[in-house]
Amino acid sequence: MPLLDARDVHGGYGGMNILNGVDMAIEANEIGVIVGPNGAGKSTMLKAIFGLLHVSQGEILLRGEPIQNRPTNKLVQQGMGFVPQEYNVFPSLTVQENLEMGAFLKPDNVKRMLARIFEFFPPLLEKRHQPAGELSGGQRQMVAMGRALMAEPDLLLLDEPTAGLSPLYMNEIFERVKEINAAGVGILMVEQNAKQALAIADKGFVLAAGQNRFTDSGAALLADPEVARSFLGG
Amino acid sequence: MNEFVFFINNVVIAGSVTGSIYAIGAVGVTLIFSIMRFAHFAHGDMMTFGAFMVLLLTTLFPQAGAALGVPTPLIMLPLAMVLTAALAVGLDRAFYKPLRAHGVKPIVFVIASLGVTLMLQGLIRLFAGTGGQSLYVDDRKEIFRLAVPLEGVRVPVVVTEPQLYLFVLTIVAVVGLHLFLSRSRLGKAMRAMSDNPDLAQASGINTNTIVAVTWVIAGGLAAIAGTLLSLDVTFKPDLSFFLLLPIFAAAIVGGVGHPYGAIAGGFVVGFAETLAVFNWSVLLRPFRDSLPEWLSLPGNLAFVGTEYKIVVPFFILVVILVWRPTGIFKGKVI
Amino acid sequence: MDKTTTDSVAAPRRFPLREVILFLVLLAAVLGVYALMGAAYSTRMLVEAGCYAILALGLTIQWGYAGQFNAGVMGFVALGGFCAMSFSVPVNEAFWDSELPGELGRVLLYSVGAVLLVVGASRLDRLGVPKRLRTLIAVLLAVVLYLVVISAFREVTDQIESRAGFVGGLGLPSWVGWIVGGALAGGVGYFIGRVCLGLRSDYLAIATLGIAEIIKAFLKNSDWLTRGTATVSPLPWPVPGPIELGFTLARALYFSVTAVLIAVIFFLLHRAYHAPWGRMIRAIRDNEVAAAAMGKTINRRRLEIFVLGCILMGIGGAVLANFNGLFDPQGYLPLNHTFLVLVMVILGGPGNNLGTLFGAVAVYIIWLMSEPLALFLMELAVSFGENAFGWDAPTNLDSRALQARVFVIGLLITLVLRFAPKGLLPEKAKQIA
Repeated sequence: MPLLDARDVHGGYGGMNILNGVDMAIEANEIGVIVGPNGAGKSTMLKAIFGLLHVSQGEILLRGEPIQNRPTNKLVQQGMGFVPQEYNVFPSLTVQENLEMGAFLKPDNVKRMLARIFEFFPPLLEKRHQPAGELSGGQRQMVAMGRALMAEPDLLLLDEPTAGLSPLYMNEIFERVKEINAAGVGILMVEQNAKQALAIADKGFVLAAGQNRFTDSGAALLADPEVARSFLGG
Repeated sequence: MNEFVFFINNVVIAGSVTGSIYAIGAVGVTLIFSIMRFAHFAHGDMMTFGAFMVLLLTTLFPQAGAALGVPTPLIMLPLAMVLTAALAVGLDRAFYKPLRAHGVKPIVFVIASLGVTLMLQGLIRLFAGTGGQSLYVDDRKEIFRLAVPLEGVRVPVVVTEPQLYLFVLTIVAVVGLHLFLSRSRLGKAMRAMSDNPDLAQASGINTNTIVAVTWVIAGGLAAIAGTLLSLDVTFKPDLSFFLLLPIFAAAIVGGVGHPYGAIAGGFVVGFAETLAVFNWSVLLRPFRDSLPEWLSLPGNLAFVGTEYKIVVPFFILVVILVWRPTGIFKGKVI
Repeated sequence: MDKTTTDSVAAPRRFPLREVILFLVLLAAVLGVYALMGAAYSTRMLVEAGCYAILALGLTIQWGYAGQFNAGVMGFVALGGFCAMSFSVPVNEAFWDSELPGELGRVLLYSVGAVLLVVGASRLDRLGVPKRLRTLIAVLLAVVLYLVVISAFREVTDQIESRAGFVGGLGLPSWVGWIVGGALAGGVGYFIGRVCLGLRSDYLAIATLGIAEIIKAFLKNSDWLTRGTATVSPLPWPVPGPIELGFTLARALYFSVTAVLIAVIFFLLHRAYHAPWGRMIRAIRDNEVAAAAMGKTINRRRLEIFVLGCILMGIGGAVLANFNGLFDPQGYLPLNHTFLVLVMVILGGPGNNLGTLFGAVAVYIIWLMSEPLALFLMELAVSFGENAFGWDAPTNLDSRALQARVFVIGLLITLVLRFAPKGLLPEKAKQIA
């Protein structure tokens, strides 16, 4: 049974459909990457999976159980985590408080997971009592990912985790994503840096106009000349 | 020196009293603003409601305090806080929640809260009448006169019993609020939601719970503020609009969304009010003889008469909106 | 709601069935009141409803056209009333024959001088004075000069009160007071608007609520200017009064003056609403960011409309005060002069002038009729209570019954917002969702 199985998902804002039937499935411990042109509905799909957007048609299964249009806090409880692209930290809360908020529904996790997150993202340890709003972009991304990991999700949704970061931090984040995945967390991420992302992807989904254009393994998509020509910039 | 004691009585003590009351009221307003993003105009009447509950309970059981040696109204305060908190949550369910579900503009909430304030006003005055009433039903208001051990000082420092309770309760409320916001899971979640409601939701925080908690705290604090005000003077059912302006001014001075700023703002407004109505010629009187002939001292050197007290918070409001709309502590929302 | 995005001007005309029915019901209600309460009473009601309609039109352009919420209508109404009083009331010889006008003028000159001095001090940095020092000097100077002027002022006003009662009026025709009342209200509105309109709309509500209470406090406590709680009466009418013509005819005459005024305002507003100016105002209300992106000068337009609304409120207040024949600053109540107007607007249809007119008259009839009704219900409850439980009813029942109206108005506001947010006659232009 796949960890996440989305079938024929339709949805959008205020009666205007952005998703026109998207299919997406990833197994446990896989990395799925969504790429595609602007306005293809990549981030919208993540939001639909995470219950932040009304799904008007189709179904989304988590370990075989339908979860579409469930309240977000239920989804967090069921093992899903989400890192939005922008505004992904609580600026006036300290780093540690940000992380604690990730474990809001699992207060028993706090102590154990805090230690693990600080081990995983060492730069955060020395800044733990600093307001997150004062951190650099890369460090904020770490806080945001750490916050989502605090609830020990089985599936982590990342919305453009490397947007606006310097190449140095970008590589660092991709490394972290691989490590998180190696620790047993399924990943579904939207990325602009398509080549780099597909290189670490088990599954790749190329969306256009709210529909799947290509669905294959990351390596196969990278090798496909048509994908390369139309979506990866030659 | 007598003049100096007079100054202490009329400015330092009186200013701390009004400052504390405004501070507690403003914290509630600022918390509601930071979670629900609208100026809650029914706050003044929520304070009055809390005080009215105390009055009601005290009239019903006037002897309750005697057993413990404290004034009965104080015994009844916790109960009144619970009742006011329940009222606040109920009002939210009945009037604000449906609007939230519709996703209306914040200003519509403001108008709705004005409707709520009229309803509360009508109900309270229907049952309590419009005259002032003392909360000290069966107890006596103790007045402490502290002689100043200095030669030539005849005027004592005067503090009343409710004022002492007021100071203690203010400190307890502020420390309690601080511990709640900085230590407790719900308190941190409240700050998180005030920072970024979408991310709070994405973290699994149940925003409905946080909204309810906010109303409980705001209602409880409103009950404290209203009761303390009524203890200090008398219970007046028609204060609402006169309380609203200084409380909003305090919240805005402190930076909307900042509980600690609201406390500071409350004292700024409270002291500004007392300083503005204080007759400064009293302080100049000792130097009267040394002043030159042409500078005769008028008897009344107050900035504004007590009847124009409401001008002071308004003036502060205008100055802060012109000069620094985010408030002293950089509020979140303007 | 239809899904077209065109303005109502371009929409095909339909028969205004809803409007016709509502106004027929209203007409029936008015006739009913005439039959029940007599012509003199009912004509008075119509005049007052007409004055309220002017206030409601003022609020509907602020709230309905532009989305600005004014929580202090009362203050602007009171300003209008004050102008109506002080321009139309006869000249007070006791004041003008004494040296007091000269004294008052001297103090006013002092205050002008003081303002100039403080402004001068605030420019000291141009002479090379450090900015901090300049601010300190300016603030200190302002405080000291303020105290000096205010003490001199208090002396003069005390003299006026004890020797002449109050300054009296100017003995001019009523309409002068109406115009100046509108201008004064507009001036105060300009000041508030300048401070608040660039900020969140909540701030405007707070500030207007505050200025209304301040205006009332000022008018109530400035005995030298308004006789304060002693009230001023009678105020002359612009038309022959009841003594010459009898109540009904005189009031009918006054009503026709009000009606002409409303018709003029209505026509001008209708023109403005459909003019580019009105479209721009609505564009700003519906999507501020887009309007700004199109290079619209948002804050200026906003200020214009807010001031215009305040002017109408001032005029309405002045007309109302002259009609009442009494200027009583304490009679200005948030309930009667702010929230009643608000209910008229949101119930009638914010942004729809016709709906607002309907709301004004309909709500005013309900308001007037509710008073005897509330008392009647209260007495019923008391007699029931006395008979059934031997309840000892409080003596001040009348004043408490009136509080029930406060509750009802509040409930009405919340219910309308929830169940009919566009009012009975919604604004026809399609809003961009």
